[in-house]
Amino acid sequence: MKSPKKALIVTVSAIATLGLLAGCSNGAKPGDGGSEGGQVELSVVSLIPGTEQAAFDAFNEQVKQFEAANKDIKIKPVEYEWKADTFPALLAGGTLPIVYTIPFTDGQTLIENGQLADITEEVKALPFYDKFNQNVFQAGTDDKGHIFAVPREAYGNGLQYNRDLFKQAGLDPDKPPTTWDEVRAAAKTISEKTGQAGYMQMTQGATGGWQTTVATYAHGGRMQTIDGDKVTATLDNPATKKSLEFLKELRWEDNSMGSNFLYDWGTINKAFASGQIGMFTGGSDLYTALIRENQMDPSHYGITTLPLEGSNAAVLGGGTLSVVNGKATEEQKKAAIKWINFYYLQKYLDKDAAVTDAKTLAAANQAVGTPALPIFDKATLDQSREWIKEYINVPQEAVAPFTSRIFDQPLEIEPTKSTQDIYGILSPVVQAVLTDKNADIDALLKQANSDAQAILNQK
Amino acid sequence: MGAPIPAVTPRFSPVQEGTTATMTTLTKPAPTKRRRARNPRTWLRGGGLSNLLFAAPMIIIFGLFSFYPIIRAFVMSFQKTNLITEPQFVGLLNFQRVLEDPVFWTALQNTGWFALLALIFGYPIPLIAAVLMSEVRRARGLYSVLAYLPVVIPPVVAVLLWKFFYDAGPNGVFNTILGWVGLGPFPWIQDATMAMPSIVLEATWAAAGGTIIIYLAALTGVAPELYDAAEIDGAGIWRKIWHVTLPQLRGVLLITLILQIIGTAQVFLEPFLFTDGGPANSTVTLLQLIYRYGFQNSLGGNYGSATALSVMLALFLALLSFVYFRLTSGWSKN
Repeated sequence: MKSPKKALIVTVSAIATLGLLAGCSNGAKPGDGGSEGGQVELSVVSLIPGTEQAAFDAFNEQVKQFEAANKDIKIKPVEYEWKADTFPALLAGGTLPIVYTIPFTDGQTLIENGQLADITEEVKALPFYDKFNQNVFQAGTDDKGHIFAVPREAYGNGLQYNRDLFKQAGLDPDKPPTTWDEVRAAAKTISEKTGQAGYMQMTQGATGGWQTTVATYAHGGRMQTIDGDKVTATLDNPATKKSLEFLKELRWEDNSMGSNFLYDWGTINKAFASGQIGMFTGGSDLYTALIRENQMDPSHYGITTLPLEGSNAAVLGGGTLSVVNGKATEEQKKAAIKWINFYYLQKYLDKDAAVTDAKTLAAANQAVGTPALPIFDKATLDQSREWIKEYINVPQEAVAPFTSRIFDQPLEIEPTKSTQDIYGILSPVVQAVLTDKNADIDALLKQANSDAQAILNQK
Repeated sequence: MGAPIPAVTPRFSPVQEGTTATMTTLTKPAPTKRRRARNPRTWLRGGGLSNLLFAAPMIIIFGLFSFYPIIRAFVMSFQKTNLITEPQFVGLLNFQRVLEDPVFWTALQNTGWFALLALIFGYPIPLIAAVLMSEVRRARGLYSVLAYLPVVIPPVVAVLLWKFFYDAGPNGVFNTILGWVGLGPFPWIQDATMAMPSIVLEATWAAAGGTIIIYLAALTGVAPELYDAAEIDGAGIWRKIWHVTLPQLRGVLLITLILQIIGTAQVFLEPFLFTDGGPANSTVTLLQLIYRYGFQNSLGGNYGSATALSVMLALFLALLSFVYFRLTSGWSKN
């Protein structure tokens, strides 16, 4: 290396190489940092990115309180929002924190895939373990009774309706439909009087199958039966057929479903919030997404219970689960349950925690008082609502048709085996019914059932 | 268009000559040297280390971000893994499952249909546009800018814009325009039959600009004497295009054809954003199925099938490219 020019090139190249190597080795893994200076480092999801600083300040205050009470735990907050299109990448990349939240729908699939930590022992040791609403609690439990998740909040699916479109169509928004026939009649009236879609359903990705399952349950059907280790797909049941025939009638006989038929969760919310859809089925927790994210006028929002028809008819429930990353160490698992108890559960059990949480949500411009289902017993939910009543910002009269009846309806959780796969198989069936006048529902369901059974057999 | 074919402007000539001269210099055989035996010492003295260090950043970048993922994906195609627990080797099971999946055959058919439509619409249009633009004497730059503008628009933005245009209601942009002449309303992407041609239309609009620029550049390389000679022989504009332009562009045309086939076989963005494969799987493509296996339906539980299908697609395209170049190697030579 005689020439200075050459030496310079070699030096720059070497520095670049070392820089690259250093860059690649950088980055913390969730399983790392299990113990640091006698402290367990626990990464937890905090608030949605973009939340106002006041809410972060309130959250950080709660972290301080927790750390003061648990000197051996160091909390590392990570901003997080569960989104269908980003979550799988975070999961595959192994970059999720130790404690994070997921919708009920994903619980069983993640349990099946071995991606969640078994927290049976830690959860059973909680003093209020017996108070959990078992209907809701089973969303995070496998068929052998092992616990992998703790419910954070729960909702029931309901019929969302636009009160303004009801008024424009000459319908009474305080008397929403109570039977499927009434839903059909209202949809037709809205469509004829306003030119907007009277009724619509999510159809894309897994959401089409999800909402077809909601309609199936409401008509008394189920998507699978479990007998020991044997799981049988029942997608071709009479209730699913009835639900699809209902859509077919609205689409091809009444022409009351508009002209766009490809909607997922986000796009149907947007269309509903902007007054393009009169009614659709969705979770009772949609208020925040509709009002805060899609700027729907709160006075236009209405929700009622789903019409339940046929024996065994039930409301399909959902919600959010708090889970512990499968990569967590034993110390992190123990610390994680302490945090879940402190941050997610105490607001239902302790007045101070309830008020702090409601204050934080209200400051973050998030909805307080959405129609929720109890993750403990109903009395506990009522008590916690009483504690936070001055912070409730959801107009309670708009949700009264739902809240006044939902507790009389039987609640069921989603199919537990290969849930997302089954939803994914059903979505093209719904799309076919809405876009092909000659779609053969029997043949489509038969094929879908056979495809679903093939997937269940692979597990 | 009765004017003679515009000759390539003379100012290009020195550049071409210069290029030829440089190439001649480069291809001149190096002076022969007596070969010394290679050993670590001579390698070091001969500048081997500095060469290696010089290339190291690129080797590392390609190794880490290209070759390692390719090898990892190949290995994963024979494994059952959820990226958390220990992977298990399952032989050819992932490949078998892909082939048994009825949606795979639908996706294969759809991808073929997309490629064919893109070939019918997307291949000749840029060529025709480039030839016509090369004929234009005034405001050629403006036409080039207009043709290239869609390429500058981010693809996601373009698709979302067209999705808005394709609104199936009578008040949708395209339906309103067609309504003025008594046509429609058409369902566009909301119908299983119309969805794919609608997607191809947008894809052609979005990509044509890039290809037009390539053809325009190639057209400047066509020797003007050939057009003069053709003109003396009494050739009209179409005969000049057929007998001079197209044969002269043969090499570029063959390259753009294989690039287009490879590109269309890997189409993902348009069907993903427009329809998510719908209605009723009528626009689901192979790459979208890979995405679904890996990320959508199973919450990342089916990486094996995703990588198996990726490997199958890569092998098919490699084989296709090899056969294509073997078959056409003679055609691109004068």
